[in-house]
Amino acid sequence: MKFSKHEEIWLTISVGMLVLFMVIVGYQTFALGMGPPSNKETLDPQKVDQTAPFDNPGVFEVGPNEYEVVMVLQVFSFTPNNIEIPKGATVHFTMTSKDVVHGFQVAGTNLNAMVMPGYIQKITQKFDKPGEYLVLCNEYCGAGHQMMSTTITVK
Amino acid sequence: MSTATSKSLKEKANQVMGVNLKDAKLAKSYMAVAFIALLLGGILGLLQGFERAGLIQLPYWFNYYQVLTAHGLLLVVVLTAFFTIGYFYAGLSHCLGGLLPKVRKMAWIGFWMKIVGLVIAIIPVLLNKASVMYTFYPPLAAAPSFYIGLALIVLGIWVCAFGAFINVASWRKVNKGKHLPIFAFFATAVFILLFFGSIGVTIEVLILIAWSFGWIPTVNVMVSRTLFWAFGHTLVNIWYLTAVSAWYVVVPKIIGGRRFSDALTRIVIILLVIMNIPGGFHHQIVDPGMSQALKFLHVFMSLSISFPSLMTAFAMFYVFERTGRKLGGKGLFGWLRKLPWGDVRFLAPMIAMIAFIPAGAGGIAQTTNQLNQVVHNTMWVVGHFHLTVGTSVILTFFGISYWLIPHISNRVLTPRMNKVGVIQTIIWTIGMLFMSGSMHAVGLLGSPRRTSYSTYGDNATALGWDPYLIFVAVGGTFLIIGVLIQVFAVFHMMFFAPKGVTEFPIADPEVPVEKTPMWTERWGLWIVIMLVVISMGYVIPLVELIVNAPPGSPPFKTW
Ligand code: HEM
Ligand SMILES: [Cu+2]
Ligand SMILES: [Cu+2]
Repeated sequence: MKFSKHEEIWLTISVGMLVLFMVIVGYQTFALGMGPPSNKETLDPQKVDQTAPFDNPGVFEVGPNEYEVVMVLQVFSFTPNNIEIPKGATVHFTMTSKDVVHGFQVAGTNLNAMVMPGYIQKITQKFDKPGEYLVLCNEYCGAGHQMMSTTITVK
Repeated sequence: MSTATSKSLKEKANQVMGVNLKDAKLAKSYMAVAFIALLLGGILGLLQGFERAGLIQLPYWFNYYQVLTAHGLLLVVVLTAFFTIGYFYAGLSHCLGGLLPKVRKMAWIGFWMKIVGLVIAIIPVLLNKASVMYTFYPPLAAAPSFYIGLALIVLGIWVCAFGAFINVASWRKVNKGKHLPIFAFFATAVFILLFFGSIGVTIEVLILIAWSFGWIPTVNVMVSRTLFWAFGHTLVNIWYLTAVSAWYVVVPKIIGGRRFSDALTRIVIILLVIMNIPGGFHHQIVDPGMSQALKFLHVFMSLSISFPSLMTAFAMFYVFERTGRKLGGKGLFGWLRKLPWGDVRFLAPMIAMIAFIPAGAGGIAQTTNQLNQVVHNTMWVVGHFHLTVGTSVILTFFGISYWLIPHISNRVLTPRMNKVGVIQTIIWTIGMLFMSGSMHAVGLLGSPRRTSYSTYGDNATALGWDPYLIFVAVGGTFLIIGVLIQVFAVFHMMFFAPKGVTEFPIADPEVPVEKTPMWTERWGLWIVIMLVVISMGYVIPLVELIVNAPPGSPPFKTW
């Protein structure tokens, strides 16, 4: 039961690549802050309308060219919708769902997060390129799932 | 001692005289269900492909999400479960000298439990009362019978798993000090994973039954999701391990070679059992409620599963090169030409293995956190699993069918049927290249999965996906032709092919035969280590999700 010489080389190189993968992922996550959306705050999914900040969804300026979007997802819409922001803005999305599981995805960016009832999900993106971005729900949520979309316009 | 010799005599007799007829009937029934599921699921897949391309619109009484729920259930639950159990039971019968009568009865009980469960689960889908996909994430709430049917299916699988354990244990008692035959070793691993991997989802389903009846008002959605993926991911690896069993044990025989190192083969199997279940977290990389540190740990858990697969990749090409050279292949790549490309029993699993190279690479890419964010829940993922399960696993199953069905039917594979199989394999490969390729591409552009045709109000980005989606329909058209040929081949070989004896091809070990260490047989230990690894992966997140849980969610029917 011995590895042959060639198998040793093959396994060493490929394990080396996997380790390199891990190092890069770890560096990006913990040093560059590029980790996946993983917020752990919770709320009562049946009282979203009464719970801050979701009692007042909308787009709020929180700094120089920095915005927070407080967003509620429900079948089959995003509130607020048709968002407009200036070019180069950094946008922090704070989201929850009033009913079933939804997905928040913005085509052409790396914005992609699951939005679950009972959880507050957060994700941030800097919009450098002007244009109209398609926002869509990417988790099946019911009969109108294919219509659940809105836009973010960057000018 | 006398039982031992009589047993091995019986084994020899079995090998000479072919298949045990009662066991063969069992295996044939499992195979028949599997390939009927392929036919039905394939037709639904075609409808989906055409709908997503905008070429047809499914009616409200049989809408896209009903079709998709049924497609998922038929293909990833019914087809794979029935094929896997039928295949391993046929193999256990072959290499352990026949199934014990008690075990055969258990396999039949399991068969009918699964069939009844399937009928109970599929009726609400057809009535549009369970359009919740095969993942049934709460708080989407299906009719209770959907969950009851699923629970019955799982219980039926457990009965089969325990049947296999009983048969293996009885063999080991009679054959003290001997290694379990390699095929039975694979079977043991698969049934262990089937049982332990589905405990969590069974708990989830039982809770959902109570919740859908209204006996409990709310449910913890994150815990449900986590329990589901502990199972869903394991299931993926069960199919994979089933396919791998044919790669290690059967394919070398078909090409006229010998197996790879017996000891290393067994170690690959043990590793796949031990490290498997925590991999499920890579389906939850963009979920809330779990820290980035935890998700990073799970990148490690997922990547570690590729280690045994890398060993497998080496083993396969080692066997191919050795065999090709033995057959007279010269030069760096001359051995490749000596392989029996015109034999469907080799061609299909070979293409399956080749498909696993990009499929595995794509899997490694999407399990790393940041890259997952690019593709999660897009069509990329659908492209990925049509390459893994829809090609690597299914083409291996197809390749198996060309000797297994004749074997259990006491018939033979004719040269003409072999040619049919070769054509089928080529059509399937072309179809999947189109379909999976365009799914990957359009997913990168952002097109979401599980979404019926939509331009999102003539949005320019969404309109840009349409040309790719046409190719999904083109691929689907090839694939349905492949499905029809394959189903025809299976039932022809089962009932109409010329009578004769077909062997169950199990390759001999490599020469010089090296001694495999006896510790590889310590299944009790492997199960304990597996449970430790599962606890490392799951105890902390599950406790956190339960202790810090928000108020639960009531049921919703949003379709
Ligand atoms: C005729 C052959 C097939 C065609 C045309 C086909 C086509 C499709 C399409 C278009 C989708 C839906 C994409 C979406 O909207 O998310 C899909 C989903 C799926 N397919 Fe297939 N497929 C075929 C065969 C298979 C096979 C052989 C398997 C596995 C054994 C399979 C497993 C799945 C699964 C698991 C899903 C996802 C279901 C879900 O998201 O709930 N398919 N298929
Ligand atoms: Cu949705
Ligand atoms: Cu997985």
